[in-house]
Amino acid sequence: MAPQDSAIIASAAAKVPTAGEVLGPSPGVILRRRIFSHAGITIGATVLILIFAVAIFAPLLAPHDPLDQDLTQKLFPPIWHDSAKATWEHPLGTDLFGRDYLSRLIYGARISLLIGFAAMLISGVIGTALGVAAGYFGGRVDMVVNFIITTRLSMPVVLVALAVVSLVGNSLWIVISVLGLLIWDRFAVVMRSSTQQVRNLDYVAAAQALGCSTTRIVMTEIMPNIVNNLIVVATLEMAHAILLEAALSFLGLGVQPPEPSWGLMVSEGKGLMFFDPWLIGIPGTALFVLVLAINLMGDGVRDVTAPEHHN
Amino acid sequence: MSNILEVENLVVDIPVSAGMLHPVQGISFSVGRGETLCIVGESGCGKSLTALSVMDLLPSSASRNADRLILDGEDILGVDERRMSDLRGDRMGMIFQEPMTSLNPAYTIGNQLEEALLRHRNVPRQEARDRAIYLLEKVGITAAASRLRQYPHQLSGGLRQRVMIAMTLMCGPDLIIADEPTTALDVTIQAQILLLLAELQKEFHMGLMLITHDLGIVARVADRVAVMYAGQIVESGTAEKVFGNPSHPYTQGLLDCIPIPGKTKRGAHLGSISGIVPSLVGDLSGCRFHDRCDYATPECTAADVDLKAGESTDHAYRCLLSPAQCAENAKRKVPA
Amino acid sequence: MLIYASKRFGIAVLVAITVSLLSFSLIYLSGDPAMALAGESATQEDIENIRRVYGYDQPLVVQYTNWLTKALVGDFGYSNYMRVNVADIIFARLPTTMTLGGCALLFALVLSIPLGVLAAMRPNTMIDRFALSLAVVGQALPSFWFALILVFWLGITWQVLPITGTASWLNFVMPSVALGYYITPAVMRLTRAGMLEVLTSDYIRTARAKGLRPPVVLFKHALRNAIIPVVALAAVQFGFMLGGSIVIETIFAINGLGYLAWESIQRGDLPMMQAIVLILACFYIVLTFLADMLNAFLDPRIRVG
Repeated sequence: MAPQDSAIIASAAAKVPTAGEVLGPSPGVILRRRIFSHAGITIGATVLILIFAVAIFAPLLAPHDPLDQDLTQKLFPPIWHDSAKATWEHPLGTDLFGRDYLSRLIYGARISLLIGFAAMLISGVIGTALGVAAGYFGGRVDMVVNFIITTRLSMPVVLVALAVVSLVGNSLWIVISVLGLLIWDRFAVVMRSSTQQVRNLDYVAAAQALGCSTTRIVMTEIMPNIVNNLIVVATLEMAHAILLEAALSFLGLGVQPPEPSWGLMVSEGKGLMFFDPWLIGIPGTALFVLVLAINLMGDGVRDVTAPEHHN
Repeated sequence: MSNILEVENLVVDIPVSAGMLHPVQGISFSVGRGETLCIVGESGCGKSLTALSVMDLLPSSASRNADRLILDGEDILGVDERRMSDLRGDRMGMIFQEPMTSLNPAYTIGNQLEEALLRHRNVPRQEARDRAIYLLEKVGITAAASRLRQYPHQLSGGLRQRVMIAMTLMCGPDLIIADEPTTALDVTIQAQILLLLAELQKEFHMGLMLITHDLGIVARVADRVAVMYAGQIVESGTAEKVFGNPSHPYTQGLLDCIPIPGKTKRGAHLGSISGIVPSLVGDLSGCRFHDRCDYATPECTAADVDLKAGESTDHAYRCLLSPAQCAENAKRKVPA
Repeated sequence: MLIYASKRFGIAVLVAITVSLLSFSLIYLSGDPAMALAGESATQEDIENIRRVYGYDQPLVVQYTNWLTKALVGDFGYSNYMRVNVADIIFARLPTTMTLGGCALLFALVLSIPLGVLAAMRPNTMIDRFALSLAVVGQALPSFWFALILVFWLGITWQVLPITGTASWLNFVMPSVALGYYITPAVMRLTRAGMLEVLTSDYIRTARAKGLRPPVVLFKHALRNAIIPVVALAAVQFGFMLGGSIVIETIFAINGLGYLAWESIQRGDLPMMQAIVLILACFYIVLTFLADMLNAFLDPRIRVG
């Protein structure tokens, strides 16, 4: 591995700008070009938009009511199975209670996205507020926020979430609130360090010298410069929240039956997985694809907004 | 005087997104034992890459070619990495621009100094330590023995560069390549470090290849000078000849940029070279300096210009103008 | 170094106290603990009795201090459901979870560090792309689902590994993989990023200019510096894994702390829940403190002023 490659090439190449390099395309054009040529973003965004559309139009798309039980039709295999019971009436088969698996999967997308998005919003607000305050004010505020972050990190998330949900009782909104209150740590950590970096730049000092209010400086000078990092963390935390919800539901303390949650579907199917492996295969794959799409988006945003780390 | 290093027609190419970059285009030079060769030029003219080519430490994407690359009689052009790493640090050493980051933060000064000797010589650690202390004292570091236990972050930039110099001396090399060793240092420290290098070079009778863009330094320490511009040597010769009789318009321009106490009029404008360095991407032909040259003619762009002998044998320059015309231009440039 | 260590220690103690306060307050999340304990059919008198016996009638500060002083000497109260001392059963189960966590961490590090180093040495090659894809896939794989897939293929279809229990070391293979894979992406990425940065640093060029052999350059000069942030991350992730063991232990029926936690949560066994939360949190605090110390040891810039 040769060291300092890029530095030397850059110094050799940068000193000799050609006319084309000087009058190149605008930054906006470059960014757009980078976004559309980034495979991760393109794939991730396409899948995510598809799943979003499925979630929004669930009532139109689902062939059956996801809660409709019909014990005479239970455990039909999906259509690709070489079985007499496989029918287009239930393309992905039916579960133990004869509920249409495709419909449950479609409605499950709603739950995953809703929980992921709402928990991400709550944790984003908490974490960003703490992180920006710590990074901007420094000193004592920073110490206190750091302490809160450390304390939060030392609490085991899954265990505390399970305990709290079991004690408070579980509804969709309680699961969302508990997750939102538990996973703000990464927002706080990243926003804190991003703010610290921006805060020491000259234009922030210039704004202070002009007598701008703290709110104004944070909103107009700092936030626009850390929003890229915020988006990256937001996508990662949304994926995190979706996985946590699935895990909680899998353990029986998240979304409650008969609601269709993908984690719950895996949990309900696991007893029969040796005979009907598609019962866990289908919802698990859905979960994997959704989280993968969100992560690809997040990684992609990080790549295109920080080109110096990737050439 | 036998040559410790001979380089003939060295070419470096680097593929970049815009095409092929030609940072070094067929340069030749040699360094004699106990001789100081200064390579002068502005940033980006290929000085550093020339140095790294000799050490075979170029970036992996760069390709190096030459007709001859001889270190003390041994052809090092085609040797494998194994042999090359035997030579590096033992027969030739290199001092870099950035003393602040050139030492590993995780190890003590002593460890990094000793390591250089232990790699190439089968000696006990105590001997390596003694050698390190001896050399640290040589490069002007007091309380050398206790410095061995210190970490790089505890030392100032000037001290770190002294440590770097001591490190290259651990095996008693024949050739030292110093790539702008003082650029990152304070002005007062710069002179100390350079004089130290010059002294050590004499004392240990090594070849020194000093890369710099500071002509003041060159005038003081150089035996021979090579002026580089846009990947080529445009003028070379003994320091006396190049400074006494600068022939290439670029060299003349460079020298014109330096204020000379007593000569330069108070308040008068210093010389400057207008324009920017040309892009070295893609096919290149003609004189690289033509678009910035006051004496350029259509002929200059017609074909590549070769190095030709100046008025004396120890002097060569790359220009179509005759030695007499050059001397005439030089006179006009520097107002008496 | 001593100042640094004592400062870190002070913060660790403060965090531990805060965590103890939080886990103590778990008991009030469900409303009146005495009522919960008494059950549905209890009379008002029963509830009052329970409140007195368990000290729920005393001021919160007193209750907390009592609970904490007992916890400090290893007395976490009595589990009404399991009819045993909480501490006894927790310390009986703890080694199993530690073994699982240790194996998972080992698996994760053995997989991710060499892969990260290789990827950094050959950026944008097949090995780099493979490592990055593995990271992206790993991050998106739900651990409980991955565990079930392992069980399905390795346990049932091919029958190469036992599915449940802790009978032999073979029983720990699948759970360790299922628990450990989740942290490999983070460790791998950090190793890769660190190595990439270090390999382009000036001191690596110096090391090569000294003529050092590639393995020496790579391991002594590069990895040593790149590994420093990985140590801290590994400690943090080990803490997360102990928390995450609840899912894995439930699936593989491993009688460890995670399974115990799940059982207690199912039964509403409050003293047990409190104790497990507190112990896992303290374990995490100790780990990060040790990681800080190890970092200081590895990075002289922290250790020597």
